[in-house]
Amino acid sequence: MSETGSHNDVSENLPSEHGARGGDVAVKSDPFANPGLPPHEHRRQDIDEKAARHSERVVAGLFMLSMLGTLGFIASFVVFPIDKIIYVFPIGHVSALNFSLGLTLGVALFAIGAGAVHWARTLMSDEEVADERHRVDADDELKENVRQQWITGAKESGFGRRKLIRNTMFGALTLVPLSGVVILRDLGPLPEKKLDHTLWTRGKVLVNTNTDKPLRPEDVIVGSLTFARPEGLEEAQEDFQEQIAKAALMIVRLKPEDIKDKRERDWAHEGIVAFSKICTHVGCPISLYEQQTHHVLCPCHQSTFDLSDGARVLFGPAGHPLPQLRISVNGDGNLIALGDFEEPVGPAFWERS
Amino acid sequence: MSTTTDTPTRRGPTNPGERIAEWTDGRLGLYKLAKSNLRKIFPDHWSFMLGEVCLYSFTILILTGVYLTLFFHPSMNEVVYHGPYAPLQGVRMSEAYASTMHISFEVRGGLLIRQIHHWSALIFIAAMIVHMMRVFFTGAFRRPREINWLFGWTLLFLGMFTGFTGYSLPDDLLSGTGVRFMEGAVLSTPVVGTYLSMFLFGGEFPGHDFVGRFYSVHILLLPGLMAGLLVAHLILVFFHKHTQFPGAGKTEKNVVGSPLLPIYTAKAGGFFFLVFGIISAIAAVATINPIWTMGPYRPDQVSTGAQPDWYMGFSEGLIRVMPGWEIRAWGHTLVLGVFIPLMVFPLVMMAIAVYPFIEAWVTGDKREHHLLDRPRNRPVRTGFGVAWLTLYFVLLVGGGNDIFATHFHLSINAITWFVRVSFFVAPVLAYWATKRVCLGLQRRDRDKVLHGRETGIIKRLPHGEFIEVHELLSQQELHVLTAHAQPRPIEVGPEVDENGVERKANPVAKLQARMSRNFYGEHSQIPKPTAEEYEEITSGHGHH
Repeated sequence: MSETGSHNDVSENLPSEHGARGGDVAVKSDPFANPGLPPHEHRRQDIDEKAARHSERVVAGLFMLSMLGTLGFIASFVVFPIDKIIYVFPIGHVSALNFSLGLTLGVALFAIGAGAVHWARTLMSDEEVADERHRVDADDELKENVRQQWITGAKESGFGRRKLIRNTMFGALTLVPLSGVVILRDLGPLPEKKLDHTLWTRGKVLVNTNTDKPLRPEDVIVGSLTFARPEGLEEAQEDFQEQIAKAALMIVRLKPEDIKDKRERDWAHEGIVAFSKICTHVGCPISLYEQQTHHVLCPCHQSTFDLSDGARVLFGPAGHPLPQLRISVNGDGNLIALGDFEEPVGPAFWERS
Repeated sequence: MSTTTDTPTRRGPTNPGERIAEWTDGRLGLYKLAKSNLRKIFPDHWSFMLGEVCLYSFTILILTGVYLTLFFHPSMNEVVYHGPYAPLQGVRMSEAYASTMHISFEVRGGLLIRQIHHWSALIFIAAMIVHMMRVFFTGAFRRPREINWLFGWTLLFLGMFTGFTGYSLPDDLLSGTGVRFMEGAVLSTPVVGTYLSMFLFGGEFPGHDFVGRFYSVHILLLPGLMAGLLVAHLILVFFHKHTQFPGAGKTEKNVVGSPLLPIYTAKAGGFFFLVFGIISAIAAVATINPIWTMGPYRPDQVSTGAQPDWYMGFSEGLIRVMPGWEIRAWGHTLVLGVFIPLMVFPLVMMAIAVYPFIEAWVTGDKREHHLLDRPRNRPVRTGFGVAWLTLYFVLLVGGGNDIFATHFHLSINAITWFVRVSFFVAPVLAYWATKRVCLGLQRRDRDKVLHGRETGIIKRLPHGEFIEVHELLSQQELHVLTAHAQPRPIEVGPEVDENGVERKANPVAKLQARMSRNFYGEHSQIPKPTAEEYEEITSGHGHH
């Protein structure tokens, strides 16, 4: 045996037969030898016909219970109106139909199973038998036979000899799946700059998402959290979901002296600040506001932002602050945007600078 | 059978059943197939039914899933709700959501089937993980079953994605939030993230396509793949014959148990009905995924306590506890805070998938194994398995950090930091502790073999000494406790060859030898009693 091969040859490390104890005959000298299959012990049902008949009745009883379950299912389906609510202790108020259908179906199915298992355990033979195992792999003769067939086949194809055929075939087979890739191109448009812009433009009025009314500075009081969308974006619009997914705003009023970040103060209107509602982590809408600390928390992954300090990340998996929207007031006294966000809203991506 | 088919004296078929069998045999070779399988032996152990739970819950999923397709509209066209559920009157929603509402409130039995479907999905994946752990800890993945291990693992992996695409279909507020999370994760992919997202959603999120696309993936592509893998998995179970635990009469060369017909058919067939019955009862009493309380999805709305289905919890944990790293340079952003968890998620799964091959390489064991290991006798493997599970559960805690925080009045920051540290520390501790426990159990087995079982009977000897009576084990018990092999670790070989020339040790061989020492060295197994030790103790003094 060569030294280089010695680490692969581990036969000497593996236990010999006595270690593995694969033998099936009890050897007197070995106290740990496999004693062989224990003698079969009869159950009561095997020797007492009365016990066997009892088991038979139990099994039949279970099958009959199943029939009753099915009848109960049909009856429930017919009897209970779909909107009937009942009180069931201790679950509470539940749909009568769902409750009765589920339980009767459960009984109908479970009883069949219980009957079959009880039948197998009490009445069918419980004598354990042994089957031989056979090695999975083929013997050498068979291996050689298959090898010869393979060689003959390969030779007849000329695959090894006619290199031109082989190489062009590989080329064709490599290229042909490309069609399958190309045809997927129209799954969607190219990203272009779509993620960089929202509906916000200079002069666009902020509309309260809950009241559908334009937001006025006096509506926003210290300690409350208001959500806003751009004027003109209506639910019935075809692209409402895509637009609101980017344009949703979160409005709070802070005391101007509480705002630590200078740019935030400049972009605010009398302490009213507008931040993107979409979390910069993976895009959940942020909705938990702690009025004492001015922290907002994303309920999905708990990223915490400080709205009094440029919405910087205080904790959690978000990687950058929430983008702020510059706001002001127009002639009608409504809050308006002074332009789009200066950076893309929502989760970060490769093209984001 | 006393006659063969070509004997002219063979009687013709007498009853309709036999005639059908004859007809089928002439076309499909039914009798030859039945000959080797009808009385096939299956060993019995409670843990062997875990795989059956998987099979049956999958079957239930197909049955109930087909029913749901009869009523579900996989469309994101918007409609205004005018159904019987008053709180959503006049609310705009997708047809997908509206049809799920229709199934839940207007189709009699629809809610039941929906709930059976969802409960089965949770049970299916839970059963797959527990079944996989059974196979792992008993070493049932060893040759010749490595490929079947991979089939099973792939089923688990696909099952998770089938579950995810399934619970995203109703387009409710909770599932939509999960899809948004997926979109954010896809966006984090370097270079191609935005392209992948646009192609996946047919444009900007959420678009009007993903329900329809998820639908074909959920009801056709993934279940089709899974059904194929499942059949292959079962064919291999038949082909290899089932493993068995060591015991009286059980060897590497036989399989001891009950025949397929009738015992196993009755038990396994009955078990299908038991599983189905129990899931039906659960669906009757326990509400799952009440989409009506969450409302339709809107990207600017969310509910607190948003949680994915449990099997996605560990990926949720990864994404929650990861620090928000972003590298910005040359006008680009590398979103490591999201991309790393996205990559670690399959790696955690892969770690367990490749284990059988690593173990086979380290131990150099290429033989067939049909007798199962007792987990204590393979402390390193058992330790690795427990470490993997520990990591999984640590991440589940991370995925539910808000739930833990609100239920146990803990700081969410503290939980998150606990998970961050535990991610690295807990698996190591779990490995170390498990190995110690295994070695302790091996020592106890050794004592039991040599000194017998403690009976609890105290005996007073004539000279006043008290002793506890030990009862010697039966031969069957002795055999079970000593049946395992205790291989020696692999050696690298001598530093110099036979001519005294220094030999360059292959670094791969060195690594293998080191890992092999870790597996089978003296710190990893307690020598099992030898026959001589046993004879010496039992034949001599001190036994009662």
